[in-house]
Amino acid sequence: MKTFAQRLWWHRRTRAGLLLVSILVLVAALAPLFAPYDPTEQLDLVTRQMNPPSPAHPFGTDFFSRDVFSRVLYGGRISLAIAFLAVFLSITVGTIVGWLAGIGSRVVDSVLMRTVDAALAIPRIFLLLVVLALWNDVGITALIMILGFTGWFGTSRLVRAEVLSLRERGFIHAAHALGIGKLRLFIRHLLPNLAAPVIVTATLGVGHVILIEAGLSFLGIGVRPPTPSWGSIIQEGQSLLAIAPWIAAFPGFAIVLTVVGFSLLGDGLRDTLDPRSR
Amino acid sequence: MARFIALRILQALVIVFLVATLTFVLLHLAPGDPFGAQLEMSGLANSELLERQRRNFGLDRPIYEQYVRYLSRLVRGDLGVSFAERRPVWDAIRARIPNTLLLAVAALLIDFAIGISIGVAQGTRPGSRSDDALSLVSLTLFSIPVFWLGIMFLLIFAEALHWLPAGGATDPVAYPGLSALGRVWDRLTHLALPAVTLGLVGAASTARFQRAAMMDVIRQDFVRAARARGLPARTVLLRHALRNALLPVVTLLGLSLPILLSGAVLVETVFAWPGLGKLAVDSIFKRDYFVVSGAAMLSAAMVVGGNLVADLLYLVADPRTRGER
Repeated sequence: MKTFAQRLWWHRRTRAGLLLVSILVLVAALAPLFAPYDPTEQLDLVTRQMNPPSPAHPFGTDFFSRDVFSRVLYGGRISLAIAFLAVFLSITVGTIVGWLAGIGSRVVDSVLMRTVDAALAIPRIFLLLVVLALWNDVGITALIMILGFTGWFGTSRLVRAEVLSLRERGFIHAAHALGIGKLRLFIRHLLPNLAAPVIVTATLGVGHVILIEAGLSFLGIGVRPPTPSWGSIIQEGQSLLAIAPWIAAFPGFAIVLTVVGFSLLGDGLRDTLDPRSR
Repeated sequence: MARFIALRILQALVIVFLVATLTFVLLHLAPGDPFGAQLEMSGLANSELLERQRRNFGLDRPIYEQYVRYLSRLVRGDLGVSFAERRPVWDAIRARIPNTLLLAVAALLIDFAIGISIGVAQGTRPGSRSDDALSLVSLTLFSIPVFWLGIMFLLIFAEALHWLPAGGATDPVAYPGLSALGRVWDRLTHLALPAVTLGLVGAASTARFQRAAMMDVIRQDFVRAARARGLPARTVLLRHALRNALLPVVTLLGLSLPILLSGAVLVETVFAWPGLGKLAVDSIFKRDYFVVSGAAMLSAAMVVGGNLVADLLYLVADPRTRGER
């Protein structure tokens, strides 16, 4: 019998995902240490405008002579922070709503779940466009809230299904017979059993939110300039594609690498945590 | 069966109704007067259009009455007025629908062709080296931001090689003077890059789905029985396994639509493709709220419709589901 950590490490893809995610998170968190320049500093508009990649500027420089490598590092910091917080928010809301639907009366359950059906029918970007059209000039905090509050629908469905199946299990009946309160039952008995599927969803969700935030920032309605984010750097790069393709290219590679990492980790966690798939 | 179909149609209508309610709630949750910003932006203060909109919305009335008015206008197909285009939202949106549908259908075909091929190749020999390699391919495809892939394609095929046009649905200068065949060709060359971009990224999820479906079927007794009868591996695979493994793809038609339409917003922006998504994004910057909400509702209706069609198709394709319910 191997421990959980050993099983996780033994799984080749999970290991790759774990390494990739750890390195990226570390580099993003310590961006000021790794970045050779300030991400918003216009270095020299005369000699360093749109320089191609070179030892001094590994990813080249942009229109305002800023160092693209430093911008990608700092952009990763913003993108990862937004994704982590938004996913934390949506997982929390999704778990609570799913739990309420699972233990609630038939009316509560069907009202909540039909609302979720409707929300899931609107393609996510369109839903975000509707919200962002109403709240103009959102800051980073508001963006996190909006991404979080539009991302919990799937989780609530998953949690509800788990709660419904757990409800019929012996240990829940036993706890219930002992007269334990609903909230206590949830925290002490249901939550630990929900942890595995929720952790998997959260891990895969981080990759997903990174893609969505990048998309919004690319459209110009996510993270706004001059704050660097991967999506907004790509947007700046698109107009200069013919003269300085490196501006748009590098942040894209960073996104792919990050999302691959979180997907590998999430899939691996599912294989390791879910006894049915072992 | 008729009861089941009626029930599914009813369910679909309920969801569309709820989507409309959701946009109404969002509009009223937002801070301030939804018309204030539009008023400033369009410089149409005190204009007849604005007054009509306010009257239509009955902003002075109690909220439940506003809600009933809103719904009854929706039922009549009135989505409100576009301030920027100075015409009904429906007119602005209607013109864009064929373009988005064309893009979505072309992308879906590419998505299914590539995704199913990869998935079948994987599911036939699960755990093999080729399975491993292909799942890395589909994982990477899944992780590529669709708009970035579009930009990279632009860089390669439009900027560097000059094989394909960089954007739009048709050539603005040459198109009117082209022959019928020339026009079709012009449209196809403009469609190629956006459709391939959208289709490739979508293929990743299709491949995953198809791999699981194929693995499911290949373990079943009738496949083993066919093998035991000594049928050639190729026949077993194509005639017995694949035919059954393709059934679930019908469901995927409904499932992939939301992802496809979300992706279309970004791809249309990259390639200046005059579709629904591009219209919605442009309208955000013009503070033309009702165009955005109208486009969102329409996209949701497409998703609900797609799911309905998928369910009905499944009923036709799989005789086993007909007896139930």
